Amino acid sequence: MKTIKFLLQKEFKQIFRNKAILVLIMVMPIVQLIILPLAADYEVKNINLSVVDQDHSPYSRQLISTITASGYFRLQGYHPSIQEAYPLIEQDKSDLILEIPQGFERNLIREGKQQLYIAVNAINGTKAGLGGAYLTRIIRDYNQDVRMEWIPPTRFQASPAIEIVSSNRFNPLLNYQFFMVPGILAILLTMVGGFLSALNIVKEKEIGTIEQINVTPIKKHHFILGKLIPFWVLGNVVFTLGLLVSWLVYGIFLQGNLLAMYCFIWVFLFAILGFGLLISTYTDTQQQAMFIMFFFMMVFILMGGLFTTIESMPGWAKMISRLNPVSYLITVMRMIILKGSGWIDILPHMGIMLLFSGILNGWAIWNYRKTS
Amino acid sequence: MNSGETVIKTANLTKQFGDFVAVNQISFEVYKGEIFGFLGANGAGKTTAMRMLCGLSIPSSGNATVAGFDIYRQPEQIKRQIGYMSQKFSLYEDLTVKENIHFFGGIYGLDNQELKTKSDALIAQLGLQSEAKTLVRELPLGWKQKLAFSVSVLHKPKIVFLDEPTGGVDPVTRRQFWTLIYEAASNGITVFVTTHYMDEAEYCNRVSIMVDGSIEALGTPQELKTQLNETTMDGVFYQLARGAKREA
Repeated sequence: MKTIKFLLQKEFKQIFRNKAILVLIMVMPIVQLIILPLAADYEVKNINLSVVDQDHSPYSRQLISTITASGYFRLQGYHPSIQEAYPLIEQDKSDLILEIPQGFERNLIREGKQQLYIAVNAINGTKAGLGGAYLTRIIRDYNQDVRMEWIPPTRFQASPAIEIVSSNRFNPLLNYQFFMVPGILAILLTMVGGFLSALNIVKEKEIGTIEQINVTPIKKHHFILGKLIPFWVLGNVVFTLGLLVSWLVYGIFLQGNLLAMYCFIWVFLFAILGFGLLISTYTDTQQQAMFIMFFFMMVFILMGGLFTTIESMPGWAKMISRLNPVSYLITVMRMIILKGSGWIDILPHMGIMLLFSGILNGWAIWNYRKTS
Repeated sequence: MNSGETVIKTANLTKQFGDFVAVNQISFEVYKGEIFGFLGANGAGKTTAMRMLCGLSIPSSGNATVAGFDIYRQPEQIKRQIGYMSQKFSLYEDLTVKENIHFFGGIYGLDNQELKTKSDALIAQLGLQSEAKTLVRELPLGWKQKLAFSVSVLHKPKIVFLDEPTGGVDPVTRRQFWTLIYEAASNGITVFVTTHYMDEAEYCNRVSIMVDGSIEALGTPQELKTQLNETTMDGVFYQLARGAKREA
């Protein structure tokens, strides 16, 4: 126990002496939490729309103004023919082309139907998909209005129609920030914990001080604990700062049990720090450790369920995400922060996380060699 | 000085890295309280041999005991009995002189009272009173080396291993360094030291000379000179190391 005291004293002194890193650890999460959720949401705006209106009728003008009034589209310009509009998509100046054919109004009224043509620039998949969908919906609504005008509503609707009314539980306004902020906080915690611990032991290997440690009768688990605890404390500081920012800036506060949240974070931090230490026992230079950690970070983050839902991944990807500690963190944070879950709800996740931290740390201690 | 008690005993100790035999079947004994010089050209295998004796590296074959403990089965017991100063300076540069002494003393299990008295005494002995709170990074090399040596004998080990402790150090500091070594030896600490300076070899009670992984000569400096018909240790070393096949 006394050995750990000396190790902790040493680590904390070194951390507090490295001002650049310390500032980075404290300031980075705050800045990122303020900037990223505002920029990174799923809503697509400012879609550049080119219009080829060959009808020039009151109806076509009305349709166009309905579209531009929606706020999602930016009218790039009018073009006499689709051939002239295509190059704009090629030059990436336009995302969508809407072609209103000649006789639009006449056909709509007389024949009761008319086709429109939409060309979508699918280079940016999300923008194209959502833009196309928005446009389709606006046109459908417009169509409804036209129909109302021409077919007076009767008591008995001639065509049966299903209308869907949905309400969003736990996040009624579908506020993206409520969804993103806890996720980004989870990523920050993972990055800070993972990288700091991965680089630490390797740094001692690089500068050679680990030799002086390995020649002492120090116990392996003491040494590893001496490395874990300081970063665990820092992780808690980062998380607390993050919660404060979410509350003060976004008005997000925990709906669920605060203690349950912290308990889960404590176990998670041990798991991710253990993972970092494990990497540092397998590598000899900070460069190697950095690249390996980066590889795993990408997988952890992109397969963690923050940007895409795990449920819609293929089967093998779901298996991988089950081995991803970050996916459990993101799930639990959303459960507690948004849904108001308590102890009982997170118990299975807690069990898995305990397993992760046990295995990763045990592996790190086992693989740390005082003798080569 | 030499009580005849054996503290290091090796028998055919060998270390192989792939096809390369870094240390080839070396056998020797070191007695309690002596200063044992472990000489050899660069790349002769001195550091590898020393790392095996310190429990930092597992031998490929052969046997050795250090302070009565087996290097295969009891490396952690050995570590309690030895001090080690590596070729590369390996105290913490971002800690102060005093913090380094405290840290390593603490790791070896010294209690607070001992730590305080010992670190004060040590800082006074090294004349570092005014630098106690200076980061080690800012000390000149000679002082760093003296500090590293003092830290390695802080816990009163039975044996201290010094790997080229005076490399790159000026002659005055080297002389001071050897005063520290003699002091340690007079306190009953066995000193196992590698060096490239032949004047330092003359200070040793006994020396061994390694060439290409094997020990080619072992004895007091006087014995070796007589044996090889040379007047200086320089001549002895040159005669033996000249035949080395290994590129340094």
